[in-house]
Amino acid sequence: MSLKNKLHTLKEKYKGTKMAPAFNAIHTFLYLPNETTHGGTHIKAADDLKRTMNIVIMALVPCLLFGMFNAGFQHHAAVNGFTEGMSFFSSEFWNLENFLIGAAKILPLVIISYGIGLGVEFLFAIIKGHEVEEGYLVTGMLVPLIVPIDIPLWMLSVAVIFGVVIGKEVFGGTGMNILNPALTIRAFLFFAYPTWMSGDKVWVTGAVEKTGAVDAISGETILGSLAQGKEMVYSTWDMFFGFVPGSVGETSTLLILVGALFLIFTKIGSGKIMLSAALGALAMGLIFNGVVDQGWIEESSKFYSLMSTPFWHHLLIGGFAFGAVYMATDPVTASQTNKGKWIYGFLIGFLSIMIRVFNPAYPEGVMLAILLMNVFAPTIDHYVVQGNVKRRKNRLKVKTA
Amino acid sequence: MSKDIRIKKGLDIKLVGEAEQSTVELSIGGVYVIKPDNFHGIIPKIVAKVGTEVKAGDTLFYSKSDERILFPSPVSGKIEEIVRGERRKVLEIRILANATQEQTDFGKKEASKMSSEEVKSYLLSSGCWPFVKQRPYDVVANPNQAPKAIFVSGYGSAPLAADYDYALRGKEAELQAAVAALGKLTEGSVHVSISENATISPFADLKGIELHRLYGPHPIGNVSTQIGQINPINKGEVVWVVSPQDLVVIGELFLTGKFNAKRTLALTGSQFSKPTYVTAYPGAAIKNIVTDNLNAENTRIISGNVLSGTQVSLEGSLGYYDNQITAIPEGNDYELFGWTKPVFNKVSPSRALTFSWLNPKKKYNLTTNTNGEHRGFVVTGSYEEVFPLDMYPMQLLKAFLYKDLDEMEALGAYEVAPEDFALTEFICVSKQPHQQIIREGLDLMIEEIG
Repeated sequence: MSLKNKLHTLKEKYKGTKMAPAFNAIHTFLYLPNETTHGGTHIKAADDLKRTMNIVIMALVPCLLFGMFNAGFQHHAAVNGFTEGMSFFSSEFWNLENFLIGAAKILPLVIISYGIGLGVEFLFAIIKGHEVEEGYLVTGMLVPLIVPIDIPLWMLSVAVIFGVVIGKEVFGGTGMNILNPALTIRAFLFFAYPTWMSGDKVWVTGAVEKTGAVDAISGETILGSLAQGKEMVYSTWDMFFGFVPGSVGETSTLLILVGALFLIFTKIGSGKIMLSAALGALAMGLIFNGVVDQGWIEESSKFYSLMSTPFWHHLLIGGFAFGAVYMATDPVTASQTNKGKWIYGFLIGFLSIMIRVFNPAYPEGVMLAILLMNVFAPTIDHYVVQGNVKRRKNRLKVKTA
Repeated sequence: MSKDIRIKKGLDIKLVGEAEQSTVELSIGGVYVIKPDNFHGIIPKIVAKVGTEVKAGDTLFYSKSDERILFPSPVSGKIEEIVRGERRKVLEIRILANATQEQTDFGKKEASKMSSEEVKSYLLSSGCWPFVKQRPYDVVANPNQAPKAIFVSGYGSAPLAADYDYALRGKEAELQAAVAALGKLTEGSVHVSISENATISPFADLKGIELHRLYGPHPIGNVSTQIGQINPINKGEVVWVVSPQDLVVIGELFLTGKFNAKRTLALTGSQFSKPTYVTAYPGAAIKNIVTDNLNAENTRIISGNVLSGTQVSLEGSLGYYDNQITAIPEGNDYELFGWTKPVFNKVSPSRALTFSWLNPKKKYNLTTNTNGEHRGFVVTGSYEEVFPLDMYPMQLLKAFLYKDLDEMEALGAYEVAPEDFALTEFICVSKQPHQQIIREGLDLMIEEIG
């Protein structure tokens, strides 16, 4: 008896039992189910949610791999000094040693994120008797990419449980949540362990252990140093390629751009949101640059160095690009109407840079901006849809008048 | 004055098994089955008695809500059985057809010399009324209302749909008589639409109609799409809809005084060895229609098209309104890593490792596999790509799901029929049953608002 038939027999056996969702979740990863259409259309398009989610994961893999190399590279750079002006394919970056340092750090993050998160999902599916939904596949990949590399695993575990339960399951699971679960996890970490998350030690592996030692290394992100009014030490190309410290997967704007194009091409990610978020960020950046040019703000001001950052640099530094491409476009928590998506994206970009500049304690604005707009997305949609409703009512009025 | 209708949003699903343009005349024998369920929302009051003889056009039952609406026998023969289900609900009326057909004579009429009321009562008494359906709600029209316009879509854009230009060829006289009669029933116009490619359409030279040319992909042939472009339905308004093959029956009634429901039917889909046209009457047994043309092994037989048709068995019968039988393979097999591997043999609106966008002209042999399990609504923005009506499909579906009548009304529930959500259902990655959601919501509205 072939594997296919054996599994089919098992599936029939588990049918209707509490374990059915758990079994089916694994079974459907191996085989597309034998389900046929009933009642509605007799044929269905080839896409399902698994395929959709899988495309997003594929778009994230380059960022993950880059993050592994970068982790090792940043460690060495902090210890031995940074190499200026590398080309993107420099062997100083892409070598096995760098990769191994990074992989040893990052793979546990991935495993914890998926293991704990999917565990919670399975548990809820069994308790509530529904199928295990695919939403966490993407969340589980996003989480390791948006945390600092040296985050303790227990901290991540607590955050993942909180994020999945409070961020998603209490609302009814995939498709019903208001806030992006991955960002809920990030926000939980940020507010529950602020000294850890906003320090300058966690972004480069090894920095924490060496604190206070003679050969102490700094692990500061660009935003962190800018917020403290320090000079920018990295070149534009370094920032674009991603040879800078930061959360695991957020540094390489180049690879994020590649991922964005892939998502738009496959029609999975919303190009509207990505584009309008970039426009919003540029608009806010230009306003701040204008304020500086007008001389309304003193060089001694604590906002000066972030405000005077050239407006387009904001797209390259920090987690903005990553957030705009992979997090803001989450269809469940974003605006659901096409017009709403333009507004939603623009405001995310706009607010990201505003928060970035005005909140020196924690200059990563994109997370808070997206969470804030997640909350307002239904409001945006409401007004967009009301436009349609009004048009319909007017039609009637013209008729009766 | 004619107005062209152009849409960009939509999707043509190209399947193998298009019917060849030749017609096989089938003999009339066998058992005919009329199912009251074919007439949505009608509660039947049975007139027919088991064992009695009926002629074609004789009443089998009437509607409980309006006893003027009569439902006739499509053939002459003997009533063999009335099958009842739970709580004595009538499921089927089975008629054994006679070899020689007799038709009740309702008397020839000329619509131009009749008043609106006369036309209406003639259609009612002859059993032709069920052919007239109404929007909102997509049910048999209420004869007490006055429609603001009447719509006939002369172009089937659904996958493998019968080609009216072929199936109704030579029926110009009947069509003319029928549209003349319909013109009496409304203050507004009778709108007829034909495909951009139609060269020999039997509708092209009809008088007393507004003719529209249709440009664009499916669902351009759906009446709702055309109504939305020509004269959208507002709250409190009613439009009536008649399908072309039923128009022929009405026309023949006026010309000959007889009820002849015979229609040209397309047999389509990959499971037919020779997809072709046949003649048949509504209620005919499927096995008599498909004869030895069909590969019945592991086959889904559908009365209607693949998007909105009804599943029937070989023992089943042709739906009352259907002019097509489709047969496609069942997809009841597992597919190793089917959720992630590149897909070349299925249709997809995305490019998520699906490659139907590479070759838009290719014809597919799709199965009934759902290609995934039922999930909550997640993806946004994709329904809008295939939904040409000026409304928000996902928001409307959700309003239908949580049954907020005010919101349903505000978002456009009066303008839709279940078939309008067939394409969104087809592309839905969450595999939600859109048409069922819409049907149940509309039924709720009939009940609560009327």
